[in-house]
Formats: sequence, C-alpha cells, structure tokens
Amino acid sequence: MNSSSSASPAAGPRGTQASPMARASARTLTEARIERSRTANPTDWRAIFGAIRLRHLLVLVFVIAYPFVATPFFTFQIGAQSLALGLIALSLTFLGGYGGMVSLAQMTVAGLAAYALAIFGSSSNLAISLGWPWWLALIVALALATLLAAGIGWLSVRTEGIYTIMITLAVGVAFFYLAQQNYTVFNGFQGFSKIAPPVLFGLDWHDPVPYYFLVLACSLAGYFFVKHLVRTPFGVALQGIRDNPRRMQALGFDVTAHRVAAYAVAGFLAAVGGVLMVWYNGRISPGTIGTGAMINILIIAVLGGMKHPIGAFVGAIVFTLLQNFAIDLVDRERFNLVIGGVFLAIVLFSPDGLLGLWQHLRNRLAGPFTHRGSGRIHR
Amino acid sequence: MSRGKRQFVRSIVAAAAVMAVAGFAQAQEVLKIGLLASLEGPFAAPGQDGMRGADLALKEKNGMAGGKKIEFVKVSSDATPDKAVNSTRKAVEQDKVQIMIGPLSGDEGIAVKNYAKTQPGVTFVNGSSGAQGATLGDPAPNFYRFNTEGAQWMVGLGEHALGKGYKKVYLIAEDYGFPYSQVQGFMASYCAKGGKVIDKAWVPLGTKDYASVIAKVPKDADALLVVLGGSDAVNFLTQYEQAGGDKPMIGGSITVDQTVLNFKGKRRESLLGTASAGPMADSIDTPEWKKFVADYKANFKDGFPSPSLFAYLYYINTKATLDALDAVKGDLSNNQKAYREALQKTDFKGPAGEVKIDANRNGVGTTYITEVAKAPDGSFYNKVVKTVPNITQTLGLPEADFKKMGLGTRDVPDCRT
Amino acid sequence: MSRKAWGLWLLFGLPIAVFVVWAIWDNYSLFFKTFLNGLTLASLYFLVASGFTLVFGLMRNVNLAHGSLYLVGAYVGWVVGEQTGSWVLAVIAGFLAAAALGLLMQVLVFRHMQGQDLRQTLVTIGLSIVLADLMLWIWGAEIYTFDPPAWIYGSTTLPLVNKFPTYRLFVLLASIVIGVGLWLMLARTRIGMMIRAGVDDRAMLAASGVNVQRVFALTFAIGAGLAGLAGVVGGTALSISPGEDTRYLLASLVVVIVGGMGSVVGAAIGALLIGLAEQFGLAYAPTYSVVFTFVIMVVALAFKPRGLMGKNT
Repeated sequence: MNSSSSASPAAGPRGTQASPMARASARTLTEARIERSRTANPTDWRAIFGAIRLRHLLVLVFVIAYPFVATPFFTFQIGAQSLALGLIALSLTFLGGYGGMVSLAQMTVAGLAAYALAIFGSSSNLAISLGWPWWLALIVALALATLLAAGIGWLSVRTEGIYTIMITLAVGVAFFYLAQQNYTVFNGFQGFSKIAPPVLFGLDWHDPVPYYFLVLACSLAGYFFVKHLVRTPFGVALQGIRDNPRRMQALGFDVTAHRVAAYAVAGFLAAVGGVLMVWYNGRISPGTIGTGAMINILIIAVLGGMKHPIGAFVGAIVFTLLQNFAIDLVDRERFNLVIGGVFLAIVLFSPDGLLGLWQHLRNRLAGPFTHRGSGRIHR
Repeated sequence: MSRGKRQFVRSIVAAAAVMAVAGFAQAQEVLKIGLLASLEGPFAAPGQDGMRGADLALKEKNGMAGGKKIEFVKVSSDATPDKAVNSTRKAVEQDKVQIMIGPLSGDEGIAVKNYAKTQPGVTFVNGSSGAQGATLGDPAPNFYRFNTEGAQWMVGLGEHALGKGYKKVYLIAEDYGFPYSQVQGFMASYCAKGGKVIDKAWVPLGTKDYASVIAKVPKDADALLVVLGGSDAVNFLTQYEQAGGDKPMIGGSITVDQTVLNFKGKRRESLLGTASAGPMADSIDTPEWKKFVADYKANFKDGFPSPSLFAYLYYINTKATLDALDAVKGDLSNNQKAYREALQKTDFKGPAGEVKIDANRNGVGTTYITEVAKAPDGSFYNKVVKTVPNITQTLGLPEADFKKMGLGTRDVPDCRT
Repeated sequence: MSRKAWGLWLLFGLPIAVFVVWAIWDNYSLFFKTFLNGLTLASLYFLVASGFTLVFGLMRNVNLAHGSLYLVGAYVGWVVGEQTGSWVLAVIAGFLAAAALGLLMQVLVFRHMQGQDLRQTLVTIGLSIVLADLMLWIWGAEIYTFDPPAWIYGSTTLPLVNKFPTYRLFVLLASIVIGVGLWLMLARTRIGMMIRAGVDDRAMLAASGVNVQRVFALTFAIGAGLAGLAGVVGGTALSISPGEDTRYLLASLVVVIVGGMGSVVGAAIGALLIGLAEQFGLAYAPTYSVVFTFVIMVVALAFKPRGLMGKNT
C-alpha cells in the first residue's frame, strides 16, 4: 500500500477541522498502523505481558481487594454503581474518543436493555412482564438494545460532529417520552420495579459483594475488549474515519458500515451497563433515561477523559463520589452547581479530562522519568 | 528514589489514604434520623417546605426525643425514584440512621417502600408521598404513613360538586399515577351519587401549552375538573382565562394550593370560588392550626406566607416519629419492636385533625373541602367550606366494592354516561 | 419537479389532506382553533430558534446554553417589569440582559476555542447546568408569570374560531415582524452581508479586512438577545419556572434540525412544522403528541441529513 509519497490531499470539505499537517500525519499514521496490525500476531503474549506495568497490577489488586476492606455501602453504592456507570460511559468513550461520534443516546440504549429485561423477564408488573427465564430475557434484552443502537447509528451516520450530538439527544428524548406515555408496554411514569438478578450457584447476586464482582468482571471485560478492539484493523480504521473520513472512503473503506458497526459495538457495551444498572436499582422508569441522565454520561466521559478507556471509569468514580458526598460538603441544595462547575472547569482547562490532568502532573513531577509524551491517543 | 518520584508516590499514597478513611463509619452518640426531600428539580420548593415542617416538629421538642438528642441527616433527591433510593441507601447504610423520614413524591414513595423491605431493622416513615401503592398493594411492614394519600384527599369533593349543581364534569389532568388516584377519589362518590365525567383529557406531564386542550372542552360540561400541579396548573388557569373560558373549575389537591396561589404575577380573579379538597387548608379555624401557622411564620422568615401541604405532611409524620420515641423512652432495641408498636398506637390531635393509622400503617384522617377566596390584604387563600373526617383508604366505599375497582388508572373508574 | 419530489409530496401530502378534510367535517371550530394555536406556538418557537440558528450558522457553535439564555432574559425581564410596571420595558430588558450575557460568553470563553466545535458544545452544556442552578438559587423554584398590557390581554372574536387569545395573535404578529426584520438585516445591510460572507468562508472574510471577532461577538449577542426576548414573550404566554430552559432548548434543537442549521427561513419552516404537529397532536392524539415532534425530526433527517433547508457546507 502506498503510504506517504503523495502530496497532501485537496482541501477537504469546508469546515473540516483538521489542518493539512494533521491530516497528512493522520493518514500516514493510519496507514502505518493498519499495516502493522495486519502483519502483527494478534495474540503476541510477550507483547501483552511486556506492556503490564506496576501501576496496572496495583489497580487490579486494589479493585479485587476493595469489597473486603470497604463497608457494604461503599462496595455497593459507590464501587459497583460507579463501575456500572463507567461501563456505559465507556461505550461513549469508545464511540466518541475513538470513533469521533459523540452520541448522547448511550443512556437510551442502556435504558432499552433495562426495559427489555423487565418486560421479558419478571418484575412487579405481572400484566406486562412475560416471565421468561432470566438468561433468555437477558439475551433478548442485549440483542434488542444492540439493534436499537445500530438503528440510532444508521440515523446519525450521515451527520457529523455536533449534528450527531443534537440528533442523538433528540432521539433519546423521544424515547423518554415514548416510555413515559406508553402504558401497554413501558408502563408509563411508574415503570417497573422488583427487577432482581437471579440466585445462581447459591449466591444472591444482589448482595453487595457478589454484585460487585459481577460488575467488576463485566467492567474489566469491557475495558480489555475496547483496548483490544482499537488495535484491530476495525478499530484502527475507525480512528482513521474519525480523523479523515473522505480519505478513508477514497482508500476503499465503507465508512457508513464501519460507523454503524461502531455504534452497534458501543450499544452492546451500553446494554450490558444498562442490565447491570437495572439490577442495581431494582427498577426502571422514564426518569432513569431522561435528559439529565443522558447528559450525566457525557459529563462522566468528558470528566475522565475520552482519550483512553480508563477515563470512563475514572470519571464515573469521581462523579459517583461527588453525587453522594457533595451534599455533606456544600450546601445541599447547590451541588448541581458543584457538578456543573467541575465539569466546566475540566472542559475549559483540561479538555482531556482528569486523565489529561494526570498526564500533565506526571510530566511536571517527572524530571528523571522517561518522557511518555502527552496525549497518547492510540495506546 | 529520585526526589520527584518520591514526591509523586507520597502524594498518591496520601490521596489513597484519604479515600480509604472516608470509607469507614464512625461511632455516634446522638440519635440520627434520616430526612429525605426533593431539593433539586421541579419539586425543589415543596421539598424545602417539607424540610421546614420536619424542622418545626423537632424544634417543638427542643431537639430531643426519647431522652436523646436528635440529629437530622438531610439527604436530597430530584423527584426520581432512583435518586430517592440512592439517597435513602446512603442515609441508612453509610450514615447509619435508624429511622428514615421521606420521601416527597408519589413514585419515590413506592421505590423507598421497596427498599424498606430490604432493611427490616430500620423504620421508614413517609414524608409526603401520596401514592396509593406505597401502602395499598404489597406493603412493607416497616413503612409507616401517617398522612392520607392522594385518593383519600378528594373524598367528599364529589358530593360538594353535585351540591353546586355540577352534574357533568370534564376532566383535564396530568397523565401519571398521582392524578389517577386523585380522580379515583373524586369519582368514588361522585359517580355513585349520579354525577357524570363526560370525558377525560389526560395530558402528558410537563405540558405547558393547553390551547388545544381548552379548545376541546365540550359545551355541555357544567364544570371542569382540573388535576394539574405546579406550573402546569398556573399555565392552564392563565390560558383558560385568556381564551375566554368561563366554566367553573374544581381543582385537585395541588391545583390551587399555596405554591400555585402564590405564583409571582397578577392574581387572576377567575380563580375565586374554585373548589378543591385536601388534607389541610389555609384557613382551618381551630386553635391547633392557628398555632401551627404562627409557629411556622415565626421560625421561617423565608418560607411561604402560610405553610404549604408539604410542610404540614412532613410535620405530622415527623411529630408522630418523635412522639413514639418519647413513648418508648428512646428504646430501639430488639429490632425496634416496642417502637413500632408505639407508632401503630399513634393518635394525636394534629394541626389539621386527628392523626392515626390503620392496620395497613396508612393514615386515616380528615379531608377539607375548600374554595378559593380573597383575603383582606388582597392575597388568595383557600377557605374551608366543609370538613369530612375519618377517611380510610377504601374511600368511603365498602371494602369489597373498593377492591373490585382496583387502583386508579387512565380508564378506571369510568362513569361517562 | 422530479419524480422523487412528486412521490414524496404525495406520500406525505395525501394522508395530511385526508386528515384535514375529515377534521374540518368533524369539528371545524376545533380544527381552525388548533391550526391557529399551532401557528402561534410556531411563532414562539421561531423566536427562540432564530437566535440558535444564527449563532450556529455563523460560528458553528451549537450553543446548548441557549435555553438558559431564554430563562435569564425571562427572569430579568420579570424583575424589570415588576419594578417599572411596564411590559414593554420588560421585553427590552430581557433582550438586553441575554445579549449582554451572550456577549460575555463569546468574548471570555468561546473566542479562545475557535474551531473546536465539540469542546465549545461541552462548555455550553456545563454553562447551562451552572446557569440553571444559579437561577434556581437567585429566583427560587416558584412560578413567575407576566402581566401584559390590557390591550393585548383577553380574547378577541374571530370568524370561524370564536374567541381566541389576543396575546397569541400578538405573538404571531411579533414573530413575523422580527423574522422579516432579521431576514432584511441579513440580506440588505452591510452587517448582514458580512455575516453571510462569514458563514460561507470565514477565512476570506478575515482576509478582506473585516474584524471577524467583532462580527462574531455581535452575532452572538443578537442571537442571545433574541432568546432573551423570546423568554419574556414566551413567559407571558406560558409562565416561567426552572426546567423551562431544557424544554425550549429541545424545541429549538428540533426546529433547527428539521429546518436546517444556519438558515432563518429554515427555522421558520421547522417551527411551523413542529408547532402545528404539537398542537394537532395534543388535540387529536394527546397521548403521543410529544413523540410526534421527534418522529417528524427523524423522518426529515432520513431524507435530508442537513435539515430541510440546510446548507451543504
């Protein structure tokens, strides 16, 4: 494949943000990485183990030991909830950070998975719930939600950048109103309650410690899945499409199909997060998928930083802590101000979120450290 | 280790230590009671007033009950059930309260009731939630509601409407649970005594523009039954007047309450005479009520001109909680057995009538039929025209009939023709 | 017209025509009242959305704090109206307050983020959350209504519909005047020419010696001011309380998406579609009326991703 010999491409569509230099480097970078990923052995164990650092091990030990040192409240409400929220935010980080498509409808997808689980499984509303076995309801819920995500993707794929935000916001609000007004399927304003995880292997998975490990397992799986996916040809092509869709089209990639597939993958992640959330809350109602909740996911993803999958979880932890404890620190009525203010401060001064701040700090305190470089995008 | 690296590691360890310490609870000497109200979102004003009501009840006891100092652990929600349960869980599991008072709105009440079932060692007392489902179907043995609920609040209004000659009414109400129960309460006796609700216009929650709804009002309706709340009610009333509407109105419990009558703007004369019903009214002529209003005004300079529905409801629930503590001298041992028995035996004279509960731990109380009147200083208030005591959850119907009717929904009950 | 255009017109026009005929036959008074209600609601939406589309069209800034500007204008206008007793002064105050806030936002914040669309949008989201809470703090959660002068309050008797609120007719008139004024400004004045040039090619505008930042600031101020003006006007019809900002933001969003970003005519068309759909939905199928507006949006986008009148930039 020819790489860097041709001149910089003709001026892209008016309004394209990338400068000619960035476009050129993106092009060569993309092509080089596609080359590399195609020729490299995907299961190069030495490469994987070589990349593990001390901090990774520390974090792993901490999250595994956490429920044994923290109170049940902290395990359940703080730990498990932030990881489940983080999973939904991870879908947005993947879609927005690596795909360049910031979709506000991730919470909607998660909500549909939750609703489907309530409708096909068992809940307090015996008239609507079908009472299927939990694993069947789970599969159907995930499938439906992924389908919805692909549908939203198909709708939004012809739009770009900020249009995507607006359209996904509108779709999400439409679904909110549909769920609120419809009583035959969605049970309107009250929604469904008494949705519980099953009792398996003698454990009630709603208890704090088993539930925490369930969420942890799903989160770790999601995290490594995303990390792996962005190095595959699909993931790299997606990043290329983010940087310069016209060029990728000219290279022969089906941009629309890639984007819709990205939405579907993100939708699946959000669906898993949605199922975990409904098992956490034990209920689902339109309030869970309203405008506030949709924007919260965006806040979480941006707070943590959209450049790396761990950002979603960092953001979720900080957000959950703020939500629960800001009331003790600030006049309880004003903590929306706190959350909004923190978000604003992050976007204004550290657009890469807390991760960007962390990187900045490390560079500052580095000195004799080897310079990792700021804003690593593709690792 | 280099200096930079040492600094770095130290700061990380410090941060981690802070986080870990925060996770461990500390022992306390006072008795903590959780207090939940919605301080964010659309119900922020009622939520603030609810907390004022609870604070007033505690102040009357000089901050002590059962021989212990009482400390409210205040938590907030935004009127969504999820947030309510999260805040309740924080108060119960993190702040270790032994009694929990709240929440404010109907659906939050049902969610908190479900959570209460998972915490049998903690007693939950309602704040102002008026949803039938919080005690009617599938009740929790440790959830107590000393106030009456939405359907009970409208009992007796039906007869009053018939007495005024309104034989056919047209309903305009918000499309969710609380109005359903309110309408059921109204229709329980209205239909039985021959009234007709010729049609129901359920509007989505949050509708601001009622122009088309107003256009659909049938010519043969004697009156409009309007069960809207907050800003929806204000909008409807203003727009109805602007559209030249002149039919008399019957309001739900929150359609012409303090928050609506006190909107900032010109008072509309067309509001005068609107009948309504609820568990309290601004002008109850008893010494207990007058004392309550005076205490509220003295203690809360930033409150409403008169305590709102929410202040009253939180007040009686909190007072019942504290009185029972006094009765058992603060004994919460043995899974709060003695305390709960004391709660069940509650029977005192509240500002707006007797406060007691039935076997389902739901309040049995008085409903006041009111009409909007103008005070000498030009402000609007609700004048009491009738008092209906001892209303239970079966709404004055025989229990079998009530069970047959079921919970109120869009189409239940129905008496069109 | 091409075959495809004919096909589309038939596909959508026929059911609508059938419905109109049925509705008039069934209850003509209700139909015309609803139609008029739809027109007047559309005029309110147009007022709010015109500022939004102006800001986006020139500066590519999706200002999600637009709803907050609406509310700020409404609250400030209310205070002024209450102090002076004049509704007209309230309108002017609302316009100026929102315009000033918009100017501040542009000069202090957005100016330094030129070209970073996503970041600007995120900042506006953060600003809207902060502003909403500040307003809740200052003005509380009560409901505020306006007191319009007596000559536009009450109802007028019209043919076919009997009594119709005078105020809504006034809003319709006002929005037509403002819409025409806006269009004239863009099409006939020098400033308008600069704005249109900036929409087409910002770099060339700067190269031809125009102080682009000043044009931007002015445009943002006008756009924000329009939102504030709509705040007072809308607040008189439909009261103000916390939460109105989200509602009008979403309405503007849908109107502008359907009509096309950056086009004032598009905003008018979008507002008409959405206003009529909402009112007819409320009158004839209230349960799902709110979903109709979004269904229209989805359908419009399926055929024209940039909106019905959107520019292909």
